[in-house]
Amino acid sequence: MRQIHDIHGGIHPPERKELSRPGKVIDGPVPAQLILPLSQHIGAPASPIVAVGDHVLGGQMIAEAQGPVSVPVHAPNSGTVVAIESRAVPHASGMSDTCIVIELDGEDTWAPTSGIADWREHNRLELMNCVRQAGIAGLGGAGFPTAIKLASDRDQGIHTLIINGTECEPYISADDTVMQCYADEIVAGAEILAHIVGAETILLAVEDNKPDAAAAMTTAAMNCEMAEVVTFPTKYPSGGEKQLIEILLNAQVPSGGIPADIGVLCQNPSTAIAVLEAITLGKPLTTRITTVTGEALSDPGNRRVMLGTPIKDLLGQAGFDSTAGNRVIHGGPMMGFAVTDLNMPVVKITNCVLAPTADELPPPQPVQPCIRCGHCAEACPASLLPQQLYWYARAKDHEQLERHNLFDCIECGACAYVCPSHIPLVQYYRSAKSSIKDAQQEKVRSDNSRGRFEARQERLEREAAAKEVKRAARKAAAEARAASGEDPVQAAIERAKAKKAQQERVDS
Amino acid sequence: MNLLRVSSPHIQGPNSSVEAVMKQVLLATIPGVLVMTYFFGPGTLINILVGGAMALAFEAWALWLRGRDYKTIIRDHSIIVTSTLLCIAIPPYAPWWLLLVGIGISVLLGKHAFGGLGYNPFNPAMVGYVVLLISFPLQMSSWTEPRGIGEVPGFVDAITALLMPTSYDAVTAATPLDLFRQNEGMMFSDLMSAHPEMMGTVAGVGWDWVNLAFLLGGIWLLRQRIFTWHAPVGMVGALALCAVIGFDNGSSTGGGSVLFHLFSGATMFGAFFIITDPVSSAVSNRGRLIFGALVGVLVYLIRVHGNYPDAVAFGVLIMNFAAPFIDQYTQPKVYGTRQETKE
Repeated sequence: MRQIHDIHGGIHPPERKELSRPGKVIDGPVPAQLILPLSQHIGAPASPIVAVGDHVLGGQMIAEAQGPVSVPVHAPNSGTVVAIESRAVPHASGMSDTCIVIELDGEDTWAPTSGIADWREHNRLELMNCVRQAGIAGLGGAGFPTAIKLASDRDQGIHTLIINGTECEPYISADDTVMQCYADEIVAGAEILAHIVGAETILLAVEDNKPDAAAAMTTAAMNCEMAEVVTFPTKYPSGGEKQLIEILLNAQVPSGGIPADIGVLCQNPSTAIAVLEAITLGKPLTTRITTVTGEALSDPGNRRVMLGTPIKDLLGQAGFDSTAGNRVIHGGPMMGFAVTDLNMPVVKITNCVLAPTADELPPPQPVQPCIRCGHCAEACPASLLPQQLYWYARAKDHEQLERHNLFDCIECGACAYVCPSHIPLVQYYRSAKSSIKDAQQEKVRSDNSRGRFEARQERLEREAAAKEVKRAARKAAAEARAASGEDPVQAAIERAKAKKAQQERVDS
Repeated sequence: MNLLRVSSPHIQGPNSSVEAVMKQVLLATIPGVLVMTYFFGPGTLINILVGGAMALAFEAWALWLRGRDYKTIIRDHSIIVTSTLLCIAIPPYAPWWLLLVGIGISVLLGKHAFGGLGYNPFNPAMVGYVVLLISFPLQMSSWTEPRGIGEVPGFVDAITALLMPTSYDAVTAATPLDLFRQNEGMMFSDLMSAHPEMMGTVAGVGWDWVNLAFLLGGIWLLRQRIFTWHAPVGMVGALALCAVIGFDNGSSTGGGSVLFHLFSGATMFGAFFIITDPVSSAVSNRGRLIFGALVGVLVYLIRVHGNYPDAVAFGVLIMNFAAPFIDQYTQPKVYGTRQETKE
């Protein structure tokens, strides 16, 4: 048995996972239109390669990756491109972004695919390219391009691959369901991932509140020598990448670093399946398993949803009672964000759509002053001092915020969960982080333009100095000539004559 | 449907609110107040009731002056905690004007002058207490004789003392800490047997029970996770350590026994109810341990070498000054900085 380690802080919110009936996959709705944002991942948005009016097949690439940190987008089914325009997309800021809108034709015709059966014979660059071309971004919720993550081993390489089936957020049971239903595929995908990065060990991490998933994974792992299932006590946020690494390996990712710095790679179970399908079948990522849950739904459950399906259709299929609810959350109740428009689509990062009733998740209570009780510091998994960060965030004291390691905050929300004064702490930290980043960019810009200005000044001075040197030399020469008795006027006339004569020769 | 646009997290922990925290602190004072009432009569209870009413009035007035929503904010119970703590510290059977001045200073100067709840750099109850102690030393050192030594006053006496202080003839006695400080040339053991107030006890008749009762309330708060063990353990530990070092087998110039210090005066009340005020103490656990320990050292030094018999209020106020400084040097190690020394 592997030794399990504890992390600092953490909370035990009500889990409520049974509400979404984990262990069974329901087919999602078939909407009239799919709305596919060009940016469903962290990094540069993809660039459309279809035009309005084009007919597309299922699995056909409709937007290609732009730059290294980017992934393409594929059509989840056959139909016609009816618009490429700005639509509401799932994002914490409630912003709109460019989307390709496909009207489905109901034919369900697919572009031909071809996979690589003997992937062990192929080198990692080829396989990574397959992963990239299949449009795979982390399906756990952050959406980082998987191919980039696979290429991120720095000097020492990757020794351990962790398949993160922790799923510590309340309500969500998508990973649980995937692990119960597709354990063999997860292990097979993990083997490919381990092959790509050269890992020797695969840890299949499951929180102990998912015994069925752990059992399924244990059975699947029997066929794989390097894989080992590890269960550990339920606590939020054990599923945070950094926290999970500490729990399993008793090692900490250096502040500001990534797991690859200590030879670890974390992947979500669904991402492992997407990689398996991309490589062995050549199938791009066009669907995902999403938990649709909350007491405002009569038929909650885990659904296989086509990317681009509007949340409205998904909720409609689950029997949404819009009079009972007060909000719809994209993601879980701890880290998810409020949906501002029900027309926004399910994307690669949509692990959960939560439609609670007003009784279930009451509106936030009035904010009271911080009494520095320190409950937040007790709950913080990063050992930060949230009460101090709050103080400095309000004072916009960037220096102190950085000194108090604001950028090590993972925005898990444990501090705000325990806060007796109901202060929306995470919101303060998010806003402080972005204003510090803005200030840094501003500084870079002003440093650059100062640098340019100074370089120009220097060049002008240099030129002026050179001119001055020349002028002084000419003056000295003239003076020398004058001193030697030469008449400067006569000399000038002669020079002019010589010039004229030369001119005439050229003309004739 | 109107979609609520709020930031994560969307769930809140159970029963957590400022009111809930304050209520639990108030509940935890009950054993201490009951024991004080047993030994000294209803004086402290009257203090708390009358002082609480005054505090509510001052709080509402201050909030109204500051243009705040006084009807809502006043329900956070924080001012009742402040006034209750001050009223426990003030001697029983205090005249009404003493309460009025103390409460007024606590609420207006200690709390609202700095911006209200959460912004006060000093413990407001201790600000009020120290102003009273310096301004009205006579009234502030008049403790009633405990039950078993003298007659415990009744309710009529208490009301008379409150409203017509000049016509109330108090039977007061020196507290054990007073006796200890005024002790001239007596061995510690002689001191303990010379005065009826001290006989058969570790720290004076009544006082050891009062301290035990506040310790009980404090342990309950600790179990309710209202605060962590760091500050109280720091203070009690440092005080005990100082007493061990300073105890020279009880000579006439020595510092008194460990038990005497731990169960005298405001030791336990201070350790669990005063220095645990989160607003004015240090923030990190390590910081709170240091904060508490230094209060403990100051309490010992002032008790043994200072001019005042007890010193919790001074110790706390002095350390309130130092809290931001302690914070600067006691930031906990955050995730990801542990392995820096490796390699």
